[in-house]
Amino acid sequence: MSQTMEQTTTAAATPLLKISDLHAWYGESHILHGINLELAEGQLITLLGRNGAGRTTTLRAIMGMVDRRTGSIQIRGQEFIAKPAHRIAPLGRIGYCPEERGIFASLTVGENLMLPPAVGEGGMSLDEIFEMFPNLRDVRNRMGTRLSGGEQQMLALARILRTGARLLLLDEITEGLAPVIVKAMGTAIRKLKERGYTIVLVEQNFRFAAPLADRHYIIEHGTVIDRIEASEVGSSMDRLNHYLSV
Amino acid sequence: MDPLVRLILAQGMLGLNNGVFYAMLSLGLAIIFGLLNVVNFAHGALYMTGAFVALILYSYFGIWIGMSWLHIGFWPALVLAPIIVGCFGMLMERFMLRWLYGLDPIYSLLLTFGVTLVLQGLFINFFNASGTPYPGQPESLRGVVNLGFMMFPKYRLFVIVFSIVVCLAVWFVIERTRIGAMLRAGTENPDLVKAFGINVPRMITLTFGFGSGLAGLAGVLAAPIYSVSPLMGADLIIIIFAVVVIGGMGSIMGAVATGIALGLIEGVTKVFYAPAANTVIFFLMVVVLLVRPAGLFGRTR
Repeated sequence: MSQTMEQTTTAAATPLLKISDLHAWYGESHILHGINLELAEGQLITLLGRNGAGRTTTLRAIMGMVDRRTGSIQIRGQEFIAKPAHRIAPLGRIGYCPEERGIFASLTVGENLMLPPAVGEGGMSLDEIFEMFPNLRDVRNRMGTRLSGGEQQMLALARILRTGARLLLLDEITEGLAPVIVKAMGTAIRKLKERGYTIVLVEQNFRFAAPLADRHYIIEHGTVIDRIEASEVGSSMDRLNHYLSV
Repeated sequence: MDPLVRLILAQGMLGLNNGVFYAMLSLGLAIIFGLLNVVNFAHGALYMTGAFVALILYSYFGIWIGMSWLHIGFWPALVLAPIIVGCFGMLMERFMLRWLYGLDPIYSLLLTFGVTLVLQGLFINFFNASGTPYPGQPESLRGVVNLGFMMFPKYRLFVIVFSIVVCLAVWFVIERTRIGAMLRAGTENPDLVKAFGINVPRMITLTFGFGSGLAGLAGVLAAPIYSVSPLMGADLIIIIFAVVVIGGMGSIMGAVATGIALGLIEGVTKVFYAPAANTVIFFLMVVVLLVRPAGLFGRTR
C-alpha cells in the first residue's frame, strides 16, 4: 500500500476536518468504533460501505445528532466533540444534508429554503441558487413534500448553500433518483467543488462518486477499514468491488 | 323575530363566549404538545393562576406593600399576568419537564398533574375555595350592548372579540412568519433543526412560556366573568382536553376552530335539551375517536 505517499500528500495541507478515534452511541448501541479520517479545504471525500456500516452515523456524530460521542472532531483546528448540537453548524460553518433529505412537510418550499440561519458570510443568493437548480424557482409556494424526489433533493442541498456553509456533509444525495437527476446532482457537486467547498459525501453509488472524489474511505462495522486515493481507484477496483458487493 | 331563533342566537352568543376560552386554552395546549410532545395537564392551573394574579394585583398587592389604596387594574393585569404566568411556565419547563423528555410522555403528564395539585393546594390554602369575585372590571366595559336579539354584556363581547383577535394573531405568527416556521420545523424534526444551528432547547422553553402565558391571559379575561376560584381550571381542563382530542393534537387552526365550534354547540344544545349541554362535548369526543382517531384536523403521525 502507498501509505507513506498518502501521508505526505495530506500532511502538506492543514486538514479542515480531522476526526480521530470517533466513537458514537445510540442509547446502549455502540455504532462507531473509532473512526479516523481527514480532509483538507476544498477536498471531497466519500464514505463508502454497506448499509448499516456507520457512514450516516459518522455524519450524524459530527453534527451532534447521536446520544453520546467520544474521541476528537477538529474543524479548522478547533475541538467540536463537546459542543452542543445547535452550536456545531454555526461554529464549524457546516451545512448538513440528511439522509431522506429532511424536507419539512409543514413548511412551504420557500420556508424550507429560508429556515437554516446563516452560519457565515458568502452564502449563495437566491438568484444563484435558482440558477443552479432552476426547478425550484417555480415551486416556491408549494408545500415541501409536494415535490418530486429530485426537487426535494435539490431543495435540501439549496437550503444549506444559502447559509454560507463551507463544509458540506451530504448523505446519500443520489438515493432513489432518476439517472438524469443523478447526473444533474453530479454537475452541481462539481460546480460546488470548483467554488472551493469542502465536501463529505456518503454514497452508495460508486460510479457517481468516483469521478468527484479526492479520496474514498471504506467503512465497515463502525470503523474505517481502508482508504483509497482517487489516483489508485483504477488499480484498486477488485478491492472496491469486494468491499461494496452485497 | 321568532322566539326560537332569538333563543338560539342568545344561547349561541353565550356559547361563543365559552368557546373563545376553549379556543385560547386548547391553542396553548396544542402549541405545547406540538413542539414538546408534553400533555400539559397544568394548563388549567395556569389559567387559574392568571385569574389569581389579576385578583391579587387588584385586591391584595397594594395591602401587601403597605399601600392599601393601590389597585392594579384590569388593563395592567392583562399584560402582567400572562408575563408572570409565562415566566412560571418557563421555570417549570427548564427545571422540571426538561429532565423527562427522554422518557415516556406519561411522566410529564404526571409531573404537570402534580404541579396542578400543588398550585390548587396553594391557592386553596390562602383563598376562598368556592371563589372570590374580581372587582377590577374596567368601567369602560360595564353595561350591555343591544345586539337586536338580546342585551349582551359589553365585557363579554369584548372578551369574544379580543380572544378571536389573539387566536388569529397566534395563528398568523405560527403559520406565516419565520419564527413560526422554526417552530413548525422543530415540531417535525427537532434534531435536524438543531443541526441547522437553531437553539432548540431555548425555543422549547420560550414556547412553553408562551403557551403558559396564553393560559394566563385567558385567566385574566375570565376573572371578571366567573368568580376567581382555585378549582376554576380543574373544571375547565377536562373540557379542554376533549376539545383538543376532537380537533386533533398539535393542529393550531384545528384547536381554535374546534374550541369555538364546541362552545357554540354546547350553547345551542342548552336550547333544545339543557341537561345534555354538559355532556354533548364528551359525546362528540367519543364519536370522533371512533370515526377519526387523529381528530378532525389532526394528522396521523
